[in-house]
Amino acid sequence: MDPVLAGLAALVVLGSAAALAMRNLLSAVIAVGIAGMGLAILFLLLGAPDIAITQVVVEVIVVTVMIRAVARTGDEEEGRPRSPAAILAGAGAALVIGGAALAAFAALPPLGAPRPTPSFWYLAESLPGAGAANAVTAIVLDFRGYDTLGEATVILAAVAGALVVARGSGGGAAGERDGAEAAEPAEAPAPAAPAAARGREEAIRAQG
Amino acid sequence: MILYALVLVLLGLGIHGLLAKRNLLKKIIALAILDYGVNLLLIVVGYRAGGGAPILLPGEDPAAFARGSVDPLPQALVLTSIVIGLGVTMLLVAMALRLHQRYGTLDVDRMDRLRG
Repeated sequence: MDPVLAGLAALVVLGSAAALAMRNLLSAVIAVGIAGMGLAILFLLLGAPDIAITQVVVEVIVVTVMIRAVARTGDEEEGRPRSPAAILAGAGAALVIGGAALAAFAALPPLGAPRPTPSFWYLAESLPGAGAANAVTAIVLDFRGYDTLGEATVILAAVAGALVVARGSGGGAAGERDGAEAAEPAEAPAPAAPAAARGREEAIRAQG
Repeated sequence: MILYALVLVLLGLGIHGLLAKRNLLKKIIALAILDYGVNLLLIVVGYRAGGGAPILLPGEDPAAFARGSVDPLPQALVLTSIVIGLGVTMLLVAMALRLHQRYGTLDVDRMDRLRG
């Protein structure tokens, strides 16, 4: 077994386990960042440089956003003891799911010997058919361009959703906000807009 | 084999975190770990022993390249998956911040009790 792969795998597992186990949320976010960067190096060693680059970029953005969220919400997770029944149920579920997963993994092709039936065509056609020396680029931008269009649509929807959720007026929950949140400038113009619309409606009704 | 084991551990950690953690940010982190596991599984299934990146170098024989390269199709799909995972995480963090603003906590149990 390749010691480099084993070391990276240990790094990813340690980072993920630490991210879930740590009580301090800032440390948890940093730990998941370590796991993601280890995974990026692993992708590079597995012959996937495009994935490695994307993983690094995405990981940086995710960790930045999560650190920002932790800074906003406070970084201590509240812990409570778990009941013995819950622990027992969890162990049982882990056994069942783990057994099913092992059975499923046994049906996978052995490591290093894939069955890439359609991929031979992509590999052979990427240069003459799409004019790209990089087969991944040829698939993403040419052979499966509609998938990429769908991806762009999903990203647009997610960004629009995140903007709406982050900037919306919150359905009349103003009284529950603490001072620091209510003082934020992004929140200020939101309640004004419905009031203005109501005023205009009344003006129209008065004219009619 | 160690890579399949890594995938299994990542999937298990992710599912455990999603189900057992009460803090919403912890749940988002668990979802990210689950995402790692799935992406790595697809890349590992397409890996060919001794295969290089699916990039045709100048002067390389195309037929030998098609036989020796790793599978490019899972890589293209994982590329999409990683970016969509980023979008999902952003949306979830925005929702979590919004819930924190409303309830003053990220703990799902306490949110349940504090009906607003």
